[in-house]
Amino acid sequence: MMGKVNTKSSTDTDLLNLGLDTLMEKYPYLKDFFSALEIDPCPGQKTPAMLIESLSLDHLSQFGLDHESLSAQVLEFIATMEQCRHKIHGSMDHLVIGAGFDKNGCPEAMGITLFPGEVVSVVGPTGSGKSQLLSDIECLAQGDTPSGRKVLPDGKTLDAQSRFSGEFRLVAQLSQNMNFVMDLTVEAFLQMHAESRLIDNIPGKIERIYQSAVMLAGEPFFLDTAITSLSGGQSRALMIADVAYLSASPVVLIDEIENAGIDRVKAVSLLLNKEKIVLIATHDPLLALSCDRRIVIKNGGIADVVKTLAAEKKSAACLADLDKKLGLLRERVRKGQHLIFDQNFFSDHL
Amino acid sequence: MNQLKKSDSSIRLVTVAGPPSSGKTSLILHTAAVLLEQGLRIGIIKFDCLTGDDHKRYECAGLPVKKGLAGGLCPDHFFIANIEACVQWAIDQGFDLLISESAGLCNRCSPHIKGVLAVCVIDHLSGVHTPRKIGPMLKNADLVVLTKGDIVSQAEREVFAFRVRQANAKAAVLPVNGLTGQGALLAAGHFKTAPAVASLNGMRLRFTMPAALCSYCLGETKIGPDSQIGNVKTMDFT
Ligand SMILES: Nc1nc2c(ncn2[C@@H]2O[C@H](COP(=O)(O)OP(=O)(O)OP(=O)(O)O)[C@@H](O)[C@H]2O)c(=O)[nH]1
Ligand SMILES: [Mg+2]
Ligand SMILES: [Zn+2]
Ligand SMILES: [Zn+2]
Repeated sequence: MMGKVNTKSSTDTDLLNLGLDTLMEKYPYLKDFFSALEIDPCPGQKTPAMLIESLSLDHLSQFGLDHESLSAQVLEFIATMEQCRHKIHGSMDHLVIGAGFDKNGCPEAMGITLFPGEVVSVVGPTGSGKSQLLSDIECLAQGDTPSGRKVLPDGKTLDAQSRFSGEFRLVAQLSQNMNFVMDLTVEAFLQMHAESRLIDNIPGKIERIYQSAVMLAGEPFFLDTAITSLSGGQSRALMIADVAYLSASPVVLIDEIENAGIDRVKAVSLLLNKEKIVLIATHDPLLALSCDRRIVIKNGGIADVVKTLAAEKKSAACLADLDKKLGLLRERVRKGQHLIFDQNFFSDHL
Repeated sequence: MNQLKKSDSSIRLVTVAGPPSSGKTSLILHTAAVLLEQGLRIGIIKFDCLTGDDHKRYECAGLPVKKGLAGGLCPDHFFIANIEACVQWAIDQGFDLLISESAGLCNRCSPHIKGVLAVCVIDHLSGVHTPRKIGPMLKNADLVVLTKGDIVSQAEREVFAFRVRQANAKAAVLPVNGLTGQGALLAAGHFKTAPAVASLNGMRLRFTMPAALCSYCLGETKIGPDSQIGNVKTMDFT
């Protein structure tokens, strides 16, 4: 951002002496800011400065504020929100993971460079160090984590300020353990998330996310369903659709979604279409084969990066067939039907 | 490690505050583990009301700890009356870093001191309205740590972080997993550059603690206007 610190004092006074209506229109999130402080910005004040002046010290002290600190906070808030709005998180061209060391301190076989629109699986036995790799990416390791890896967006070291302030969130995470905890309907929840992203055309976004989520879940739910009452599969589906359309982070880390009860292959392709880098820790052959490459972790280090062969893609088609048939059986269990079948059920074409 | 140098008669101080069970001890344990690895000598002060087992968890981790029990007082009031003695203890012990953990019971007070690194810990389970509700403890912090993100959705984490920035636009906001320690490395980066102090005498709180000046603060138990003396505020039913 351009010299915001130096030029502050002059722009400050300007902003606070603008028309209140103009300001609220330009920075709609101020409404939320004021309502959090139980301030009603309407009744007759012409400028923010006048609004602030009209508040009693008693009222302000409830919030640990006085007139001066509130003025400062309004300006700080606008500055931060504008920064958020203008920051283009998604504009990463590639992500370099520079090789570090395995658990014995031996150099790992290789690093890897990841590209947007690519899905890569992370495979290896439990405890082999998959989580360390995902964690290195999340904190943008600079050779200072146990693995000694370096994670470099566009091949460059992120400046310490961005890294330590937490404002650059490289990674969105999805895992089996995550649940919705907010007491909201699907629609209100998506509305709240969209508002926090300061984006335009919120109703259109909500509709698209909702449609994708229902498509992934297979079992329908409604915009006025409470998010906490969604089934496991529906929750996972909504989380994935939401990350695809609303998350600012260019990298998505997915931990074990094989049992989530959703269409995993569709889920992955939805994320890919959004030009994200998608990393999936998995043991599931179908998911592994839906990826372009597999990072093989052994003893804490990257042992190999395996490219998915054309022949494997063909095998994947058979697997997908099998998966669909298992889905049919699952559906019958759900409906209380009998399940009588033989080998032919699996070899027949659908 | 040049940035870690400080004179022998001073100490880096970090105050960690946050609601009960938000993950303060978990954060401190993981962060201290990173810093111990880097060769820092660390002492801990745990403030509590009546009892608590946190000091045992610190001892288990090999961290020297002193416990301060506030009894019937507001733990933050108790904190500010005792923190200077804690600093002198820590300097005598030759520590590089002193971390204090608040009792986290009083949302109205805030133990943050001007010129001392102030950390606020909140967990994602506490609800999206929490950042607005907990007031000065969050508003005046330099670093806000968000815990328990491992069990809520990405969207809720993003909304939560946004709400925290709404309440405190200046602070660094870092997610830390209190179970695995993921994220503690970045928190450690903040802890080790906390300003060093030789004494807190003459320094100031960032926010006035509310007066404990009504008759009930002083032990009155009887209800009624005759018993209400001092700083009494009444509700408005109009
Ligand atoms: N799932 C999950 N649990 C956590 C996390 N952080 C802390 N916990 C759990 O939350 C509980 C409270 O954590 P503590 O670190 O003791 O919290 P505290 O703020 O020190 O609590 P008090 O000092 O008693 O106020 C413990 O059972 C922790 O294991 C986290 O990031 N994820
Ligand atoms: Mg504790
Ligand atoms: Zn108090
Ligand atoms: Zn009282």
